Amino acid sequence: MFRYLVRRLLQMVLTFFGATFIVYALTFANADDPIQALAGERPITPSVRQALTERYHLDDPFLLQYWYYLKGLLTGDFGTSLTGRKISAMMTQAWPVTIKLALLAIVIAAGVAIVAGVISGIRRGGLFDNVTLALTLVVLALPIVVLAPLAQLIFGIKLGWFPPTAGRDASLYALLLPAIVLGSLVVATELRVTRASVAENLRSDYVRTARAKGLSRRRVIGVHVLRNSLIPVITLIGVDIGGLMSGAIVTEGVFNIPGVGFNLLRGIRTEDGPLVVGFVSILVIVFLVVNLLVDLLYAALDPRIRYA
Amino acid sequence: MPGKSPWKMAAGAAAVVLLAAGCSGSGSDDSADYTNSVIIGIVEPQHLLTTNTTETSGSEVLDSLFYPLVSFDDQKQPVERAAESITSDDNKVWTIKLKDGFTFSNDEPVTADNYINAWNYGAYGPNGQGGSYFFERIEGYADLQSRDPDGEGPEQASTPKSNVLSGLKKVDDLTFTVTLSVPFAGWKSVLAYNVFLPLPNAAFSAPGVIKDGFEDAPIGNGPFKMKGTWEHDSQIQVVRRDDFKGTKPKVAGVIWKIYQDQQSEYADLIAGNVDVQTTIPVESLSSVSGDLGERFQKSPNSVFQFVGFPTFEKGFNNPDVRRAISMAVNRQEMTSQIFLDSQTPATSFVSPAVNGYRADSCGEYCKYQPAKAKALYQQAGGPTSLTIAYNADGPHKAWVDAMCIQIKASLGVNCTGVGEPKFSDLLTKAENEEPVGMLRLGWVMDYPLMESYLGPLYTTNGSANYWGYSNPAFDDLVKEGDAAKTPPESIKKWQQAEDILAKDMPVIPLRFGQNVYGFSERTSNVSVDLFQKVDLYKIEIATTS
Repeated sequence: MFRYLVRRLLQMVLTFFGATFIVYALTFANADDPIQALAGERPITPSVRQALTERYHLDDPFLLQYWYYLKGLLTGDFGTSLTGRKISAMMTQAWPVTIKLALLAIVIAAGVAIVAGVISGIRRGGLFDNVTLALTLVVLALPIVVLAPLAQLIFGIKLGWFPPTAGRDASLYALLLPAIVLGSLVVATELRVTRASVAENLRSDYVRTARAKGLSRRRVIGVHVLRNSLIPVITLIGVDIGGLMSGAIVTEGVFNIPGVGFNLLRGIRTEDGPLVVGFVSILVIVFLVVNLLVDLLYAALDPRIRYA
Repeated sequence: MPGKSPWKMAAGAAAVVLLAAGCSGSGSDDSADYTNSVIIGIVEPQHLLTTNTTETSGSEVLDSLFYPLVSFDDQKQPVERAAESITSDDNKVWTIKLKDGFTFSNDEPVTADNYINAWNYGAYGPNGQGGSYFFERIEGYADLQSRDPDGEGPEQASTPKSNVLSGLKKVDDLTFTVTLSVPFAGWKSVLAYNVFLPLPNAAFSAPGVIKDGFEDAPIGNGPFKMKGTWEHDSQIQVVRRDDFKGTKPKVAGVIWKIYQDQQSEYADLIAGNVDVQTTIPVESLSSVSGDLGERFQKSPNSVFQFVGFPTFEKGFNNPDVRRAISMAVNRQEMTSQIFLDSQTPATSFVSPAVNGYRADSCGEYCKYQPAKAKALYQQAGGPTSLTIAYNADGPHKAWVDAMCIQIKASLGVNCTGVGEPKFSDLLTKAENEEPVGMLRLGWVMDYPLMESYLGPLYTTNGSANYWGYSNPAFDDLVKEGDAAKTPPESIKKWQQAEDILAKDMPVIPLRFGQNVYGFSERTSNVSVDLFQKVDLYKIEIATTS
């Protein structure tokens, strides 16, 4: 196990550098005049352009810029956005609300997916099974750019069940609607995995033994089948958490939640290269760590898995 | 470990979530502040330092924290506010006398040095301040700019010769003089812009160096002061100062609530979570009268939308071609169908927001006359296919396509709209004289003078003259207008210059913008001015229970 960990950590380092290099190169290739983008539709005096270009090393060759960036990273300085704010400060402000939102979304999505998945798995082909599959398909098919404003309009404004936006210090109730919207992205896959896993386990030998022993149906499913079926789902949930932490760009924009996605959206719109690269670097680390944890968890849950 | 229940995992996750939610910040005890403050929605400002702020959001917040030298009355004339008097005998040397007794919110008195230090900081090239170009007219500006000896190469630019403007001289604590390099009768109007605001000594940690963190909690000489710091992407809260000597605003505070998306701001407006939205999104315009009724209003602003001709391209060299295309466009149809009358058709080259505006100064070439346009176009031998380039990161596709359809119908030539991903790409291509076809552009005035439109857009070296229009007679008239002795004389010259534009047609004026704004039930007396900013002195919160 220890050797496995060390190997994984080394791989993480390599992946981290590779991923950030690609992001950096892409942002660099895309931004041909970020100074003008900052100014919008106003002219910029040559002096100001000069000063900003030097401050951000924008006229240095690519590798030199990448070197400055790496140096900063290794000392924990994720750089400064083009509007002068430190990326690490922005991250510390943005993260708490995104974590809240992502965790809430996962809890809701997992709750719905597991319950519905178990029931569907037990009664495969039944009415409940087909209805839930169809529903989740519809939700999956709706792009988030349609789903989020629609949900805001219907549940936030017309019906008034939820507040239409949530700010930084939003209460749990205000985050409920965005969490549901966000959760709908992952509920479909989690439901299907649960369903398939339950269906497979119901046919296994130990279940047949348990039933033969005369255990009640509740105990068979609730204790034995569930425990084993949830292993793949748990790992999927772990991966989804990583994805949701970074990807709530549209949802955060629509519901006005100043989290990680919100800042990424702003950075992309205003072509703030340092901001995008800084945030993505942090997110790469988060994703790598979450994946490592999920893999270790898998080994912990399923004793048949051993890492060399 | 075998048999480790996944339920424990789920329970753990739920516990973490509840813990995180429970530890959420203050939240509820701000409700007391909310009842006395008006909540205005803005976009996240890029900067709050006075010399670096050129966009509306930052400017609005600065309006609450600072008191400007002059501001504009209903006739768009400058009226002294923080200044006691601003006079000049020759329009070249201006004497600015400050009102006595004003202080910054940290109790520092407002003196001439505060203005001089701030302006020098803004004008100094290496500081990279976005509002630097406003100081260009002051004598000595060129000495504060560094020159990069080899353009794009790796050599460092030289340090500027000086870091103080030679045209600024202190006379005494409450008086200073500004010497312009060329006389300009409209200088008083320029001083209203936020880059000319004073900065307290507390803003500088050393001469010429702004203190870290000043931007997050600016200290100003205005009717409000910061409460807390700038909570990025969330809000900025200001409260009324009791020791402010000027006209006191009626509300006890303002909460500038920051939104990234106009639609979500609109949703909050209807729900009553925000009090004023200064721009209702186009998508909601059809339902807004139903949603807000009387609380949806319009007022003029200085936005000017037009399409420019790249005169360096062969097809557009001939003024007849340009006139023909202008007559082929039905502006009224565009504003009523696509913009639902939130904008008005433009038949002049300057906005109705400035004195000297004459309706229809463009004359017959801006009237929709498709038959005449077609004849003129064919006679002049215009290009057989046209393109209009626009920036795809703005809401322009709909009207550009509509305009192309109109042109196709009137002139019988093919017309397509071409979206460039970014506005900056569009400008770079135009500056490099690449064939971009016609370009869509917008303009907002910096100060309410005709010159703010005529100068930067159409003079030969104009900073926003992206299409290479050059007419020496026009340049001369603008210069003469600048140098005229009194504003009415300036206006006469500038109007003559505008007449030249009507003949040459370097751009097709399309639309003038309006503020379409809405406010909540508990506010009254809401007005949005020419610069798209809410009038903070007039707005009131209805204290009905």
